[in-house]
Amino acid sequence: MGKRAAAIVGLTEWAPKRVWDEPMFTMEACARLAAEVLADAEVDKGEVDGLVINGLRESPLFAPSALAEFLGIRSNFNEVVDLGGATPAGMVWRAAAAIEVGICETVLVFAPSVPAPPQPGSNGGPMKMKMGAYMGGEVWGSPQGQFEIPAGLVAATPSFAMAAQRYMAAYGVSEETLAKVAVDSRYNAQANPLAVFYGKPITVEDVMTSRYVADPLKLLEIVMPCYGGSAVLVTSAERAARCPHRPVYVSGYGEHLTHKSITYAPDVVDTPIRLAADRAFAMAGVSREAVDMASMYDCYTITVLLTIEDAGFCPKGQGGRFIDEHSLRYDGDWPLNTHGGQLGMGQAGLGGGMSHITEAVRQVQGRADERQVPDCNIAYANGTGGMLAEQVALILEGA
Amino acid sequence: MVHFSTDGRPLPTPTPITAPYFDGLRERRLVLQRCPRHGFFFYPRGRCPHCLGDDWEWGELSGRGTVYSFTVDRAGHDPALASRIPFAIALVDLDEGPRLVGNMVDCDVDDVTVGMAVEAAYEDVDDTTLLGFRPAG
Repeated sequence: MGKRAAAIVGLTEWAPKRVWDEPMFTMEACARLAAEVLADAEVDKGEVDGLVINGLRESPLFAPSALAEFLGIRSNFNEVVDLGGATPAGMVWRAAAAIEVGICETVLVFAPSVPAPPQPGSNGGPMKMKMGAYMGGEVWGSPQGQFEIPAGLVAATPSFAMAAQRYMAAYGVSEETLAKVAVDSRYNAQANPLAVFYGKPITVEDVMTSRYVADPLKLLEIVMPCYGGSAVLVTSAERAARCPHRPVYVSGYGEHLTHKSITYAPDVVDTPIRLAADRAFAMAGVSREAVDMASMYDCYTITVLLTIEDAGFCPKGQGGRFIDEHSLRYDGDWPLNTHGGQLGMGQAGLGGGMSHITEAVRQVQGRADERQVPDCNIAYANGTGGMLAEQVALILEGA
Repeated sequence: MVHFSTDGRPLPTPTPITAPYFDGLRERRLVLQRCPRHGFFFYPRGRCPHCLGDDWEWGELSGRGTVYSFTVDRAGHDPALASRIPFAIALVDLDEGPRLVGNMVDCDVDDVTVGMAVEAAYEDVDDTTLLGFRPAG
């Protein structure tokens, strides 16, 4: 049996939006998320003694103390996690581990991604989500700024496209098979009113006829950047037993990384997911066959294929066949990203990575509404950060 | 660090440790550090990424290699390069071992393939020389 020390007991999630017309400071967003997640879990703010964040725009240094001050929390565990899209999954296991070692009992885990109110002198107006292409790699001394950026290897899509290109050459997978990942995700999004593509199903033909952005990836295989936000509450098993929702144990976890830029990945089609997932499954004492639903980071269709293989759900090179042979829909034989994934729901910054966790928790707690997977007890959730770089795998099990 | 050419392209700003590499490019030579135990490595840094040894020496490579993977940027992910699309970005495994990144030149973007034999190409942009690759002649 895996770890039973800490459980997720509450969640809140805002609908991702391409344009966000209610700008707020990150600290204000955290306060609203905290109020909502504490209400969901029926836990009093005074019980919170841990905070995990990615950073705070309003306090680039001393971020955890700034947030503790802002929220009026006396905190024993204060963590900043910097793992790109794997950040939320990395936050959850760090919270669970901290609770297990006894340094704290109840931890707020934040994933806000909202624009700040316009600064005086700026032109203001609602803001469209757009990430800087260099992502900080242009600073003095950065290898990325000297080798990748001058070659045009920027943002994320070209790097994932290189993984897809290499995979197609090494193992062969049709573009139609990759398209099916986007189509099944979009199907699931039709059962999720929070999804940015709710009410907008697509077909394989739609994906195949969308324009090439970075060969071989096409527009509809790529997430839509959005604003949004979410939070979960992690607490001790003892406290979790007194919460209204079914506790979801963080029963196994693993993390692995080897590189930042894709140029230096040891093998772009044998990803760090493998070691993270192996550790998580071993820690949980759970077999791949026991997993009732999978919640895999899906910035691109190729990410899902590589994750299915490297997390051990099928042999290397068989991911295409696996996708062809299984329905990845919430009502299918291998439910995956039942919320629509980020491909269907939108990538709300950090909240995009968190959406894989919130959905797994909803499913295990039996509150996924129309898309509920029957008898869902064990979920695999993971995060992929950077250029197939940072990897965190979680096994989430119902009490 | 990045600075921009007169026509707006992002260019590398060499550091004390990477300058010999960029000086080599300006002379049409591909030079990298070679660790006596682990051979050539990329990118330049003070210690070998395999053993952290500092007894490396600069050495010249053939510039020949094969395309490990590539993509064609058709969207202009860097707005500063939007006027250059479509362009191919390749990861190249040099015959001597290390993997580098560069643009494909003297080649239609639709003709690039994984496994293609390539050789170093040098492109002068203002005071900087960029490393690219062309189909091996």
